[in-house]
Amino acid sequence: MNAPAQLQQEAWLGFIAGEWQHKVAVRDFIQLNYSPYSGDAAFLAGPTQRTEALWAKLSELLKQERAAPGGVLDVAADRGTRINAFGPGYIDRNLEKIVGVQTDAPLKRAIFPNTGLRMVEVSLHELGRKLDPQVENTYKYYRKDHNSAVFDVYNPLIRACRSSGIITGLPDAYGRGRIIGDYRRVALYGIDALIAFKQAEKAGTDDLDFTEDVLRLREELSEQIRALGELKEMAASYGFDISRPAITAQEATQWTYFGYLAAVKEQNGAAMSLGRISTFLDIYIERDLRLGRLTEAEAQELIDDLVIKLRIVRFLRTEEYNGLYSGDPTWVTEVIGGMGKDGRTLVSKNSFRFLNTLFNLGPAPEPNLTVLWSVDLPRGFKDFCAKVSIETSSIQYESDDLMRPKWGDDYGIACCVSAMEIGKQMQFFGARCNLAKAMLYAINGGVDEKSGKLVVPGFAPITSEYLDYDEVLERFDAMMSWLAKTYVKALNAIHYMHDKYAYERVEMALHDRDILRTMACGIAGLSVAADSLSAIKFAKVKTIRNEAGVAVDFEIEGDYPAFGNNDDRVDSIAVWLTETFMNKIKQHQTYRNAMPTQSVLTITSNVVYGKKTGNTPDGRRAGAPFAPGANPMNGRDTSGFVAAGASVAKLPYEAALDGISWTASATPDALGHTPADRINNLANCLDGFCNATGFHINVNVLNRETLLDAMDHPEKYPQLTIRVSGYAVNFIKLTREQQLDVINRTFHVHA
Amino acid sequence: MPTTAPLGEISPAVVDEHGRLSGFVHSVETGAAVDGPGVRFVLFLSGCQFRCLYCHNPDTWKLHNGLPRTVEEVVDEIGKYAGFLKLAGGVTISGGEPLMQAHFVREVFSRLKQQYGLHTALDTQGFLAAHLPDDWFDPVDLVLLDIKHSDPIKYEALTSKPLQPTLDFAKRLARMGKPMWIRYVLVPGLTDDPVDITRLATYLQGLAELAPSCIQRVEVLPFHKMGESKWQALGLDYQLADTPTPSSAAAEAARQIFRDHGLFCC
Repeated sequence: MNAPAQLQQEAWLGFIAGEWQHKVAVRDFIQLNYSPYSGDAAFLAGPTQRTEALWAKLSELLKQERAAPGGVLDVAADRGTRINAFGPGYIDRNLEKIVGVQTDAPLKRAIFPNTGLRMVEVSLHELGRKLDPQVENTYKYYRKDHNSAVFDVYNPLIRACRSSGIITGLPDAYGRGRIIGDYRRVALYGIDALIAFKQAEKAGTDDLDFTEDVLRLREELSEQIRALGELKEMAASYGFDISRPAITAQEATQWTYFGYLAAVKEQNGAAMSLGRISTFLDIYIERDLRLGRLTEAEAQELIDDLVIKLRIVRFLRTEEYNGLYSGDPTWVTEVIGGMGKDGRTLVSKNSFRFLNTLFNLGPAPEPNLTVLWSVDLPRGFKDFCAKVSIETSSIQYESDDLMRPKWGDDYGIACCVSAMEIGKQMQFFGARCNLAKAMLYAINGGVDEKSGKLVVPGFAPITSEYLDYDEVLERFDAMMSWLAKTYVKALNAIHYMHDKYAYERVEMALHDRDILRTMACGIAGLSVAADSLSAIKFAKVKTIRNEAGVAVDFEIEGDYPAFGNNDDRVDSIAVWLTETFMNKIKQHQTYRNAMPTQSVLTITSNVVYGKKTGNTPDGRRAGAPFAPGANPMNGRDTSGFVAAGASVAKLPYEAALDGISWTASATPDALGHTPADRINNLANCLDGFCNATGFHINVNVLNRETLLDAMDHPEKYPQLTIRVSGYAVNFIKLTREQQLDVINRTFHVHA
Repeated sequence: MPTTAPLGEISPAVVDEHGRLSGFVHSVETGAAVDGPGVRFVLFLSGCQFRCLYCHNPDTWKLHNGLPRTVEEVVDEIGKYAGFLKLAGGVTISGGEPLMQAHFVREVFSRLKQQYGLHTALDTQGFLAAHLPDDWFDPVDLVLLDIKHSDPIKYEALTSKPLQPTLDFAKRLARMGKPMWIRYVLVPGLTDDPVDITRLATYLQGLAELAPSCIQRVEVLPFHKMGESKWQALGLDYQLADTPTPSSAAAEAARQIFRDHGLFCC
């Protein structure tokens, strides 16, 4: 590749040669050069004075941010953001080992009019600020944004579904996110080589017929090349020449971060995930340690510093958005651990260093540290993860044993649970639709139970007093067909326009040209829908109708088995719902022939979904939150943690390749008598869950009393972190409603 | 096994009209982390001939308070968790006093071993063990042995039964080389006299010398009153209503006595 030969030689000195030197192949580089680590955490270094001083300085800013109106410290409202919109910014230039912030000052948020001018206007208005007239004029007269374009093509039915809340959280007003650039490429190859690579990819299309697809691709490749140039300039403004590959561990960390920084300067995706960088960076750290260029304390400093930066990624959001995804999340998801296809573990010392930041800097929700769990992980790493969970409640676990056969051994997680091979795959994020509400629509012939309006035309209501299982199932099936069709249409509209008006230039520049795209649909309210069907089948459910004949409430006579107790009678209904909806999605043509997938994930939107849904036949009251993700309904999983996990593990990953989220909270005492027992027991539990085909688990180890105290005295708990569906939040940043939802969730006092 | 003959106070095996062996099951807990190593499925059987003053499950005293379940039913239910339990921990049979239904327990344990290879633990006070042959314990990986007091008179006052069978059982397990965890409930005013604790620790130290690795740990369990409402519900007189729960310092002091006798204690 074509960096100045001498510098490239120096950068790659001591690395084992391979294919990666002749083409962009980061996995090949990792496999040939990384050092698997099977020891324990004893080698780790604590924070240095410098790290503590820097973190103290930032903590002060974070405190000011929490106190500021809307939780926003400052906004750069005078210009739309792009990679080079701002000059360099620092927390403290003299202390920082890794530099770069999104605007010209830390925690100062940019505006992203390309993805949605309206969101910018509304969020500024909520803060009492006004949009700069020049920006306004630009978008009024000269350029269109993604949000306006999507609404140009939506049909009335899609709009009706959005406002009734049967489909919610669509990325039609802001960045879709969930695209992970292979930021490691910047360090390994340097920008000039990457530009040459992209130019060659583009040249490969020169002789094709110029169809619409080819033209779009060629324009995208040109944009990618342009973005790489801007990335190089941005780094230069901080005093770094990233045209060449990184030579030291410090440079490798900095170069990789610059790649990521460019992405979050240009895109406000819901989830802006980082990928899988820790073991990649470990190769550089190991080399520097070997050469005596770096000490363990200095290596930890680099990672602590990088993580400090990742903790302060910010986007300007509206209050409505915060209601859906509470606590200012950015999903800077970094996956750690996992096993290689050759049977060697991908755990390196740097996997430990990333987790160690939660001790060195204290707990935090971001970056969203996600451990890829395998039964075959080294024991020392398993125990360290369990210890970190028990002490910080800040990490989540996903089954590498389920994902590796599907996605290989160089995949990352976008957002919460969405696996994608790094640099070779992206997804069209599709939020989710509300299955519980769809069932009510089936019962009420498409009439919304809250507004009384006809939302879905052409369906007759069920008129019997008592609900008949077969009849409900038949109507529900038809309603799901309709919903799937409308839903995919909305997603096609969104992603067509996002590619057109808010293309992720720099992130896609760090992908191969020919990639796998998935259309990531999602379902919410699975346990409500499954329990409702179970009630109709195993108990008797009487409808209570209002004057207009709409079933607005239900009376249950008798008992029914509830999802979450490892009872096949109802668990099979949940499996059926998951598979059925997936099959219905698959019936439809997707934009760019994306492969349809779905997730069972709600993030914190389970609260909003619940608010928008009337009484349901399972006995849930109107407005009450759904269970998050694939969780059983609060309080109904009465057979304990293991039974709940067993029910969730029955949901087939094949029918939910975009992930199945389960959150479990236990009190420390429930995990064992002694700290050593707790670590051992939690690690064993994760092995057991993984072995039983469980996919994802958010682990919280907390006492309910701590959360109650934090509600009353937030100032005492600035860093209290808890895992909710697929991400972690600063507990004190949740809305009061969501805090109560978390507290009301099942706490297992036995494991 | 299974033999159907009554053995001392051990209940005769219950066989239904299809020839299936059954037991009386009080309840199950799918994931307990404090009843043996790891996270375990715990089968609580009904029936106990002890009447411990601090019992937190008096509703398990009467055999027929449980529901009859066949061995197959129980093994099938546990089998649904086998993939999990194999790595997370295993299965503990507790009670009540499981040895009252020794025929049933033995059969469940051997099936769990044969069919799923799960780790098995028996939670017992050991009173009835003398009636069982050594090979009865083959499918038991670990015995959680509750020793409720070390003074014979106080033991009987506390439990209504004599101490010696339990001590004999502990010695027998040591001789058989069967791993055990000793469990000791610390109740202020009843079991917290250092003299009594030291006596137990000395006895266990003697066993540990006999078979160095068989006492894997001693667990000092602080008394709690979570069972009080069950006594009231059963119309029984709860004598410990005014007994305080021990302080963590008191629990630590008790643990230290065991540690001072060379035992791992938590």
